Amino acid sequence: MEEITCLGIEGTAEKLGIGIVTSSGRILANVVRQQALKAQAGIHPREAAQHHAEHVPQVIRAALKKAGISLEDIDLIAFSRGPGLGPCLRVAAVSARTLSLSLGKPLVGVNHCIGHIEIGRLLTEAEDPLTLYVSGGNSQVIAYDSGRYRVFGETLDIAVGNCIDQFARRANLGNPGGPIVEKLARKGKYFPLPYVVKGMDLSYSGILTAAVEALNKHPVEDVCRSLQETVFAMLVEVTERALAQTEKDEVMLVGGVGVNRRLQDMISLMAEEHGAGFYVPPRDVLGDNGAMIAWLGVLMYRSGVTHELMDTTVIQRYRTDEVEVKWRS
Amino acid sequence: MEELGIRIGKGAEADLYRREDKVSKVRISKAYREPLLDQHLRRTRTRREARLLSLARRAGVATPYVTDVDNQTFTVEMSFVPGEQVRRLLPSLTREERRELCIRIGEAVGKLHSANIVHGDLTTANMILHRKRIYFIDFGLGGISDAVEDKGVDLLVFKKVLHSTHYRYEEECWEGFVEGYSNTYRNSAETLERLRVIAKRGRYFPERA
Repeated sequence: MEEITCLGIEGTAEKLGIGIVTSSGRILANVVRQQALKAQAGIHPREAAQHHAEHVPQVIRAALKKAGISLEDIDLIAFSRGPGLGPCLRVAAVSARTLSLSLGKPLVGVNHCIGHIEIGRLLTEAEDPLTLYVSGGNSQVIAYDSGRYRVFGETLDIAVGNCIDQFARRANLGNPGGPIVEKLARKGKYFPLPYVVKGMDLSYSGILTAAVEALNKHPVEDVCRSLQETVFAMLVEVTERALAQTEKDEVMLVGGVGVNRRLQDMISLMAEEHGAGFYVPPRDVLGDNGAMIAWLGVLMYRSGVTHELMDTTVIQRYRTDEVEVKWRS
Repeated sequence: MEELGIRIGKGAEADLYRREDKVSKVRISKAYREPLLDQHLRRTRTRREARLLSLARRAGVATPYVTDVDNQTFTVEMSFVPGEQVRRLLPSLTREERRELCIRIGEAVGKLHSANIVHGDLTTANMILHRKRIYFIDFGLGGISDAVEDKGVDLLVFKKVLHSTHYRYEEECWEGFVEGYSNTYRNSAETLERLRVIAKRGRYFPERA
């Protein structure tokens, strides 16, 4: 098959990413621009969307320059169709449609969560992993079975990254709080916080409240430590149970929270106990990025999927298991 | 560990040993967990499991007999239940048999909820069919509660297992389950309604559903 080049647009939340990837899996460019967050506020969907709209042309140019190619060399356009924040998704979709129309190239809308899994499979040795996907917006335990990525466990309310970031803002630690909490946690002492696992699902909203209240009684380092130990132990526990149930022999960690060293160590220890391999993709594709969108676009296109303009509406709550996975057997 | 018998299984949180007609479930330490948290989870779950296994049987649901509990080694010793895991059994059944089995699972869960027992991990891997009775195991995540919310989450866990693991016949199983559940539990309508509300809170609940 002739090699094709795909430009992928990621815009589900505060990050705008443009990736350029070939069908042989070479990443030619992966440029991410992030909306500057205010110290005391989360992502404002409309402001993030405005940021994306303002910077799309510039980030596309930067990616093309990095790749050393021009727009005419692009054979396929892919974009993140969901799940994510509506206004942000729509900017990515409009940009993708515009490019597709003006270049006369096919268009594919992809599922953001599956993008994380597929770029991980491309860039690690993992072939058929049980995947723990954890970020500011998502927390899922996912495994492939008979033509779908099936969700074995997920959060019942907020995502783990959202829990940590919200806590950090309430504790005046800055934004995004993940790295700061991780650093402070190393100096802290553990005390019990609510631990909420329901079957293979998780709940984080109650722990967030308890952690914020604990700031009145405990040093901030101790709260950071306890929060991290609790929310991560919950993640590892459900991943472990999904591993036992699915009988997979690989565990992969993806998503922005995956950069946390403590979480990596915990999952790695658990995988080792079960004789399973442990994989984490390189840091630049761990969080949201355009390369993962472009690569999934290539996989879908090669399996015969393209979308007409009519079929490129965004899906804010796009489920991982809605997508028919035609590129794996 | 020799006095416990031969190891017959290694689950996510416990090792299982069998000696004659007894099974010992040992909640093992997890290296990844903060030691205090590790101790706490193993202790509370061991206690809960032993207690709920007995309470569930009193409520009319088949469970193994608890013969010993050791809070030092986090071990529950119970009678061995031969038979087949419902998880492995379901695919081999006919449509009618599957429905029948799910009605009976629904009835058992209805009995648990009538007695304010919440299982906490209602998966088909935690149900064993033996001599036409469905035995429920693994109550470690369970509790006693009269809250609609807790019972609703119990149902959600079961529904999601059907979706992730038994997707080929998810709907017929769920229909059977709801039938059995509604026939045995007085407040079933309220709990089923709450299940919908809880599912809607989720991050990925379909927009048009």
